[in-house]
Amino acid sequence: MGLLSLAIWVPIAFGAVLLAFGRDEHANGVRWIALIGSVVSFLVTVPLYMRFQLGSAAMQFVEKASWIERFHVNYHLGVDGISLWLVLLTSFITVVVVISAWQVITERVNQYMGAFLILSGLMIGVFSAIDGLLFYVFFEATLIPMYLIIGIWGGPNKIYAAFKFFLYTLLGSLLMLVALIYLYNKSGGSFDILTWHQLPLTGSAQTFLFFAFFAAFAVKVPMWPVHTWLPDVHVEAPTGGSAVLAAIMLKLGAYGFLRFSMPIAPDASHEWAWLMIALSLVAVIYVGLVALVQQDMKKLVAYSSVAHMGFVTLGFFIFNELGVAGGIVQMIAHGFVSAAMFLGIGVLYDRVHSRQIADYGGVVNTMPKFAAFALLFAMANCGLPGTAGFVGEWMVILGAVKFNFWVGFGAATALIFGAAYTLWMYKRVYLGPVGNDHVKVLKDINAREFLMLSLLAIAVLWMGLYPKPFTDVMNASVTDLLRHVAISKIPS
Amino acid sequence: MIDKLSLATVYPEIVLLVMACIIALVDLSNTSPRRTRTYVLTLLTLAVVGVLTGLNAVEGKTAYGFGGMVVSDPMGNWLKCFATIALMVTLVYGRPYAGDRDMLRGGELFTISMFALLGMFVMISGSNFLLIYLGLELLTLSSYALVALRRDNAVASEAAMKYFVLGAMASGFLLYGLSMMYGATGSLDINEVYKSISTHKVNHQVLVFGLVFIVAGLGFKVGAAPFHMWVPDVYQGAPTAVTLLIGAAPELAAFAIIIRLLVEALVPLAFDWQQMLAVLAIASLLVGNLAAIAQTNLKRMLAYSTIAQMGFMLLGLVAGVVNGNSYNGASAYSASMFYIVTYVLTTLASFGIILLLAREGFESEEIVDLAGLNQRSPLYAGVMAIAMFSLAGLPPLVGFYAKLAVLQALIASGQAIYIYLAVFAVLMSLIGAFYYLRIVKVMYFDKPVTVSTVSAPRDVRVVLTLNGALILGLGILPGGLMTLCAKAIVATLAT
Repeated sequence: MGLLSLAIWVPIAFGAVLLAFGRDEHANGVRWIALIGSVVSFLVTVPLYMRFQLGSAAMQFVEKASWIERFHVNYHLGVDGISLWLVLLTSFITVVVVISAWQVITERVNQYMGAFLILSGLMIGVFSAIDGLLFYVFFEATLIPMYLIIGIWGGPNKIYAAFKFFLYTLLGSLLMLVALIYLYNKSGGSFDILTWHQLPLTGSAQTFLFFAFFAAFAVKVPMWPVHTWLPDVHVEAPTGGSAVLAAIMLKLGAYGFLRFSMPIAPDASHEWAWLMIALSLVAVIYVGLVALVQQDMKKLVAYSSVAHMGFVTLGFFIFNELGVAGGIVQMIAHGFVSAAMFLGIGVLYDRVHSRQIADYGGVVNTMPKFAAFALLFAMANCGLPGTAGFVGEWMVILGAVKFNFWVGFGAATALIFGAAYTLWMYKRVYLGPVGNDHVKVLKDINAREFLMLSLLAIAVLWMGLYPKPFTDVMNASVTDLLRHVAISKIPS
Repeated sequence: MIDKLSLATVYPEIVLLVMACIIALVDLSNTSPRRTRTYVLTLLTLAVVGVLTGLNAVEGKTAYGFGGMVVSDPMGNWLKCFATIALMVTLVYGRPYAGDRDMLRGGELFTISMFALLGMFVMISGSNFLLIYLGLELLTLSSYALVALRRDNAVASEAAMKYFVLGAMASGFLLYGLSMMYGATGSLDINEVYKSISTHKVNHQVLVFGLVFIVAGLGFKVGAAPFHMWVPDVYQGAPTAVTLLIGAAPELAAFAIIIRLLVEALVPLAFDWQQMLAVLAIASLLVGNLAAIAQTNLKRMLAYSTIAQMGFMLLGLVAGVVNGNSYNGASAYSASMFYIVTYVLTTLASFGIILLLAREGFESEEIVDLAGLNQRSPLYAGVMAIAMFSLAGLPPLVGFYAKLAVLQALIASGQAIYIYLAVFAVLMSLIGAFYYLRIVKVMYFDKPVTVSTVSAPRDVRVVLTLNGALILGLGILPGGLMTLCAKAIVATLAT
């Protein structure tokens, strides 16, 4: 078994074992097994980075075996500079999520932990599949555990949210399925994504494919105006679910743009770039303003996610190296920061059972350690230099200015809005005198929460202070992608 | 005409017939209320028949018997093998339910279902209009009796009545269509009919007229809209064990006669029947999916879901021949075969769960009866969830590959209209996902009404677990079954 197979199947195997475990009397054992499983699967992914050949744009750690012979579908895995860090991010966040659920989830613990571990394996599968159908299978399969996570452990309106999440994203991916089968037939019976990258396609075929993929990935990212499921789902989902959703699942969509839309339909991508840029700018500016007026902390962070993901798609569709690389960096940074933000809200919610900003105030007086962490993550969320949030945003804005001054100007306003809504929330929740009796009796974070937040804090600071390991890995792949995308594929 | 070679083509049927008679006699002396002896004998017989047909299928030979009346080919043998297994599973799931409802007092459940299976076998291996019709009648007559097995139950009797009247009408349609074909071509033999139609000397109008009736009759049998009216009532009204009996294995036989009649005999008329099937498919997808949303009764919902699923299956048949070119045929028909086989597998699991829950004195027919099943039994909730996600067509479950194969057949045709059909089917399955998800929602998100754990006899538990595991397992490795279907269809079309 290759490294990538291990990265996919170790968490799934642990998850399956947990599901078979039975009832809650063994809850503690279940938690330990889940922790061991997630740590092991994280350790399995670390060698991927250690052994990664820098400077090569080719797929690495490739594994290939015939899977469904009748349709020439292969079990074909590999990672390049674009997907490597996403795999590592996934396994890392899973460890954090398992820790975060330790005392919080007391009902059906084995199913909760099992669902997250299986989800983790499936998402790594999405990032490492280079067979179109294999990608689709993993992409779709993630819906099942996520649906159950939201529906079983979610808030009061969880059923509405679970259905909305499922049906919205399913609609998009079904249209993508039609596109995949279309490509399969066009390429003479191959599901190999790399073969598709070389396929000559007419303008109208490219437009059809571009929008079929757009349906799948724009919903997943989510781009304005199909983002409305995200705040609803975040509000209802349990803390771990929100963290995984924001940190990783949204990246599935952005990743799809890089792997499918741009290289397979480059002419259509160039032609419709104005649309993508416009929608991204709307997400950055308008949704940023929407975030400003939220009363619910989770909703605020959810809208801020939409705005940050707008940066990612903006970076991709300005077609220069700074923009695309910045977009990818931003994906990873947002993975760390949004997970941290949601887990932080979870810490407060576990104690007070409210996410309304108005119910807090002066938390810093009773929870100083926690408030320090929260300040770091808030700074990262508004893109302060030295934190993870800064690197990607700065690269994208620089790239955007190169592309067109006014696009860059619009993108840069996000820094202002981001700082405004994040800091204002921080002020209302943490600063000032103690707001009410709930806050007065709050206990500061315990060792488990401290561990969980420090893991994320280290990641955020490391990425902010020393982003070289992240950018080095992706350079060759991004250059290669852009060179490829610059060539027209319309047969002459 | 009865020679050794002919007998060799039908020996599974002979075993089945002889054993059905013997078991009927043995049952007379069986006084135990649970009919354990009859049950075990029936399962043993079915196991033997399943192995026999399976061996025939693996051998992969095509042989004709009785002067071309009967054909034994890989497609037929595989379908027979699957139908036998499906009946075995049905009886395992259904026996505790039937026992609780006093349906085992006579041994009819077992013997009649064996005769129903015999009817399916004859349908599957008939290479002659008359034989196919005889098999169909044997199956449907047995089914009428089975639906009415709870004599004292008004709902079941009403369902049986509806089933009988509508079924008789469908048979009439089919028979009328077949007789038109006979009139036009002068033969009842499938190969002869094919030859005389492809020489273009037959009056096209007569043929199309007959075709309309044949397609209508077949539409009734598979429950495609607008001939679907009996499906919800019969599914709901029949005792659940019998619902499963008429809803699972016979679908395989119905698929076989569609292939025999439309593809083997009438493929020169493909342009005409494809249009009719396309209309049936679109109507079924619409009616099935939209009506299923409104149902609160679980069996009724599954009935509408069947209609929708059959619509999807028909789409595979629609894609077979494009512009008179049948190069896409084998892949399209094998997609439909794969679809129907996996559909039967999934249906067994979902009704198995209903039968299991129905044991505690109430019928467990409403969707709300599933509430909180996950808390009562994670295993059975898991099996049901797997079945529902598979019906919704979500990877990595086998239902996804069934839909994929059909969509691929449609898109491979390269015709714009078929691509629109594929998009339409995809949008309809999105609607479908909603009501399948609702079942999962009820099981996992709602609070249970009772907290008692669900218990099942060991045989039921083992088979049900295997059934669920198979839906998942075939989803992870679907290649084998797909290749099997493709090979079977290729072998059948080659003759």
